[in-house]
Amino acid sequence: MSGTGIDPAPGEATLSRAGRWIGASVPRREDPRLLTGRGRFVDDLDRVGLLHCAFVRSSVAAAGVEHLDLAATRNVDGVVAAYSAADLALGELTAILERPEFTVTSMPILAGDRVRYVGEPLAIVVAEDAYAAEDGVDAALVDYRPGTAITTMDQALEAGAQQVHAELIENTVLDLEPFSDPHIGAVFDAAACVAEVDVRTGRQNATPLEPRGCLAEWDARDEQLVVHVSTQVPHQVRTAIARCLRLPERSVRVIVPDVGGGFGLKCVVGREEVAAAAVALRLRRPVKWIEDRRDSLTASFHARQQAYRARAAFDADGRILALEADVRCDVGAYSVFPFTSGVEPLMAATELPGVYRVPRYHVRARGIATNKAPTAPYRGVSRPQIVLVMERLMERAARELHLDALDLRRVNLIEEFPYTGINGITYDPGSYRASLDLCEQQLRDEGWYDRRAQPTADGTVLGIGYACFNERTGYGTEAFSQRKMTVVPGYDIAGVRMDSDGTVSLTTGTSSHGQGHETTLAQVAADQLGLPPTAIKVRQGDTDLVTYGWGTFGSRSAAIGGGAVHLAAGRLGDKVRIVAAHLLDAEAADIELVDGQARHRDQPERSLSLAAVAEIAYLRAHRLPKGVDPGLTAEAAFDVLTSGTFSNATHGVVAALDPATGQAQILRYFVVEDCGVVINPRIVDGQVRGGVAQGIAGALFEEIRYDEQGQPTTSTLIDYLVPTATEIPVIDIMHLETPCTFTETGAKGMGEGGTIGAPAAVLNAVNDALRGTGVELDSVPIRPDAVHRALGGNS
Amino acid sequence: MKPAPFTYHRAHDVRGAVESLHELGEDAKLIAGGQSLVAMMNFRLARPSALIDVNRIDALRYLRRDGEGLRIGALTTHHTVESSGSTAALAGFGVLSHAARWIGHYPIRTRGTIGGSIAHADSTAEWCLLAVLLDAQIVVRGQVGERSVAAADFFHGFLTTALEPEEMIVEILFPRPAPHAALSEFAQRKGDFAIVAAAVDLDVEDGVCSAGRIALGGVDAVPIRVPEAESLLQGAPATAETFRAAADAAAAAVEPGSDAHGDADYRRGLARTLIERACAQAIAV
Amino acid sequence: MKDLQLITLTVNGTEHELVVESRRTLADVLRHDLGYTGTHLGCEHGICGACTVLIDGSPARACLTFGVQADGCSISTVEGLASDGELSDLQRAFSERHALQCGFCTPGFLMLAEAYLAEYPNPSTEEVREVVAANLCRCTGYQGIVEAISDVARSRRESR
Ligand SMILES: Cc1cc2nc3c(=O)[nH]c(=O)nc-3n(C[C@H](O)[C@H](O)[C@H](O)COP(=O)(O)OP(=O)(O)OC[C@H]3O[C@@H](n4cnc5c(N)ncnc54)[C@H](O)[C@@H]3O)c2cc1C
Ligand code: FES
Ligand code: FES
Repeated sequence: MSGTGIDPAPGEATLSRAGRWIGASVPRREDPRLLTGRGRFVDDLDRVGLLHCAFVRSSVAAAGVEHLDLAATRNVDGVVAAYSAADLALGELTAILERPEFTVTSMPILAGDRVRYVGEPLAIVVAEDAYAAEDGVDAALVDYRPGTAITTMDQALEAGAQQVHAELIENTVLDLEPFSDPHIGAVFDAAACVAEVDVRTGRQNATPLEPRGCLAEWDARDEQLVVHVSTQVPHQVRTAIARCLRLPERSVRVIVPDVGGGFGLKCVVGREEVAAAAVALRLRRPVKWIEDRRDSLTASFHARQQAYRARAAFDADGRILALEADVRCDVGAYSVFPFTSGVEPLMAATELPGVYRVPRYHVRARGIATNKAPTAPYRGVSRPQIVLVMERLMERAARELHLDALDLRRVNLIEEFPYTGINGITYDPGSYRASLDLCEQQLRDEGWYDRRAQPTADGTVLGIGYACFNERTGYGTEAFSQRKMTVVPGYDIAGVRMDSDGTVSLTTGTSSHGQGHETTLAQVAADQLGLPPTAIKVRQGDTDLVTYGWGTFGSRSAAIGGGAVHLAAGRLGDKVRIVAAHLLDAEAADIELVDGQARHRDQPERSLSLAAVAEIAYLRAHRLPKGVDPGLTAEAAFDVLTSGTFSNATHGVVAALDPATGQAQILRYFVVEDCGVVINPRIVDGQVRGGVAQGIAGALFEEIRYDEQGQPTTSTLIDYLVPTATEIPVIDIMHLETPCTFTETGAKGMGEGGTIGAPAAVLNAVNDALRGTGVELDSVPIRPDAVHRALGGNS
Repeated sequence: MKPAPFTYHRAHDVRGAVESLHELGEDAKLIAGGQSLVAMMNFRLARPSALIDVNRIDALRYLRRDGEGLRIGALTTHHTVESSGSTAALAGFGVLSHAARWIGHYPIRTRGTIGGSIAHADSTAEWCLLAVLLDAQIVVRGQVGERSVAAADFFHGFLTTALEPEEMIVEILFPRPAPHAALSEFAQRKGDFAIVAAAVDLDVEDGVCSAGRIALGGVDAVPIRVPEAESLLQGAPATAETFRAAADAAAAAVEPGSDAHGDADYRRGLARTLIERACAQAIAV
Repeated sequence: MKDLQLITLTVNGTEHELVVESRRTLADVLRHDLGYTGTHLGCEHGICGACTVLIDGSPARACLTFGVQADGCSISTVEGLASDGELSDLQRAFSERHALQCGFCTPGFLMLAEAYLAEYPNPSTEEVREVVAANLCRCTGYQGIVEAISDVARSRRESR
């Protein structure tokens, strides 16, 4: 595409076998700039007179603030200003669930008279460069009146425990029993087998490689505060800034540059983003905040720290009769905007039954506050845990019933669709059984079962493990409304415009940060408009450009954002056909859009280029048919009105456990997955692999830890073990395709599945390697020292 | 994570570096590869008032063999040692180039230096461990001249050494070849500092160990030798049974501490396993 | 008082003379004083490798080197890989193997691979994997990166 000013992506773009762009591994449009250093991440932005800020943060986990002295800070060479909470007097961030079981707490932008976790921001220091800003932070003096740090859920629930917020009772933010069954105990009493597990999962940080950051500037001409933020949710950041600064929304513009990963951590609003914006407004100078890795690990957002006590009753054939669970989620010190700290308990309680038929279900789920960094949704949100719980229950029951663990799963897998579960969710068609069968077959064909039976040369023991799961995606407004947030995400809006030369740009409310939407959404529109994807420029992440959007999280973008693009591009195509039909003296229904042409279906020689049609629509509008407005634009909203659409997969893992060190090494990772119609296979595979890597990280390596005083002990990447290429294996993927019947493209979301399935599959493989030792592990991360100890230590 | 201010000084020879150390006072520090120091400065855990950059003292980048043994200039990078395995200077010292591959990663090894590693004195650092194992001499230069400190006396405690504030390490001298030496270590993530590292150096002839040395890192504040285990190697057949007995003795002898990466018992277990593995490798070479 | 130094850096062949504060890391000097923003910072303590550049041809963490230390040196950054708008073989291979998603880690991996392949033209896949382990990527699971570098090693070998 010369002359478009657009870089061609490397490699040839070819249509999929079906002759459509959907389904083709179109090279990514994002790549050329990212490969040449021309990407523009927020810290790459520069401005004349730019100021840099850093935050004075609490050094203690729970305390009253007696005195905050910024006098010395203000005298530091290069420091321009320093502000406390009282100086800025900003509104607070309050996220609400309209449920009686939820207690509302607020998060101030800067802490005032009380701090609730190590790293909580107390003051903002603005300086000529980032170095001087840190010098200023160093010079600040804070006097604390120390309180008791609540660092574990058990401690939080103790009678008479200090409350993290005065509003809370038993430090409980949310306590719900969405499914209760008072007589379920009788089922357990009568069951042939009751399997029980006690599962704990470690606290994690999503660790996008680019930490958070923003650049805020006052545009004096437009009288608008422009904030460039590394976020997944630009419109929600705009709302938060407008509310806290008491500005009308139109006076705030949020622009998202290239984003170096998010994984959920950037789908909530950061206090620092609001504070930096406030200071830019106050000083009328551009202000940049770039989070460093220590703050990112200790003071951004965490996730995943949960405890389950769960049991399932089975009949003698292995059929599940009942499921009961008590779920506790350590949500940290604050409830985040807009999602609240209820996300994890809500997700866990609703989705626990997963891919299995569960006739009776009782669950209690709680969100418990502690003096640790707040939690945000992280890729998979509770589903890595619930899959782990269910898959452990399956393994345990199989052992007790002397059944094959995969056969036991087969007895229970949902096979008839749509299936409405005890949890009120309707599951659209998937390939649950087939994915399991194929995954097992693959590992058998590769000879792993034979190898497992042989002793190894190096003394390691091989184990094979599986996880079967589904991934609810494409949460629409209906599904989200059941959470009872006051802010209900769901739909998305797309706009498409063809300019007078026939080039197309489209806007979307989703906000890509590695998923390649500039490519995939262009593919979706390309099929509608008969253009190559390279002719379509995707614009996103700018609140002045996009009507409204919910950003990118929860694997929603392909299903819902893609749906909106499909509809909008379809509407634009309709208008093009009407104009072309008029000019070609034909019926609109007979016009098809192919290869940049509008042509008569049966007489292809009767055709016009889209450029010619567009020229008429704008520059010679007198030639338009009567009643047709000039211009070629269309907008469309799309929503999913059901429970959402479910991708599914089975993961198969072969691990080698070294009993001497307690370390497990993954030898083989195989995924059979079904996400409906694949828009771009290469991108889908990338999402699966990256997801699996994060799941393995949670299973074997990563854990955010605190000491008893609430001091973080994993504040560097030396202690927080993000795995490297030598820890992550080759991951092979087989695709099944059960199209979604109600998304416009047949696609299901799939951004989280890899992460969801991996911990359970890895844990099962390690347990298989431990067979015969009497040791069974139910928690992650699996720490080598713990394995060593469980195996009897040195005795 | 930006470092606190300091003044920068560049040394062009050892004398200049040592003089600057004297003039700039005890808050001044040398910077070699910067692979340990700068990270600590970025966290503001180290706040030297002045840095003396010794990287341009090219005279300290060498691997040389003479009658007294193998001499490695303090500014020799890990990578240089790693890629000099087949040179004459390293004949009989293959363990050094093998061990270098355990240090961090390629871009760390191209910058980090052996002198910096010894000065930094992490108990699981490969060079510190091998210095103790192979009875290296640490040659240091101060205002008053040069002195040589035996590795066994050099490491005093966690990140502390016999180095005086105004002294600089100029050379590491390994007095005797170690054809049957090997290093084995365990970290959860490859390239990280080991939780426990074990290095052994065996004198074997006709299948019998006439003597053997064992050093462990990660079981004490400094790398240590384990005489209780070494004595079991003396005159014993070079077999798996002998190595197991020595490893058991070592595990019983050490008193490791506990931290987030593992408790004392785990470290003991690792020490035993890693000694056995290192012995097996040592006789295989 | 700031400790200021006059230094000369040759970046991708272009010579720059500038005054920097001693404590500014090479990464900040490249990014913010000279505008080579392709070099990224992901940790500032040597683990992630997003800041990897070549100093006189050898790979280094630009977050663990002060700008003043590189005085008089020749620096290569990701901006210098493509010539005349043509992506290098390595850059093309990264795209073809989908070795990048968000792209934040990509410049570091490209520079790492560039240095590595120059020194070791015949690596095995295992060796490539080991060198790739020097840097972190949170998005891809590394497979595409390993494949891309192995592809380039193979094709350079074949075209020699
Ligand atoms: C990601 C990563 C992984 C690593 N993994 C390992 C590992 O597995 N094993 C390992 O051993 N190391 C590891 N390191 C550290 C690395 O080996 C360092 O190179 C080494 O510890 C210090 O050497 P340097 O030349 O970089 O010293 P610098 O960082 O420059 O200095 C370190 C200290 O030594 C002092 N110093 C330096 N040179 C001299 C001298 N000649 N005389 C007196 N004092 C001196 C300095 O003043 C400073 O106090 C790792 C580093 C990183 C960033
Ligand atoms: S920023 Fe330099 S290694 Fe991470
Ligand atoms: S592509 Fe995002 S960190 Fe590597």
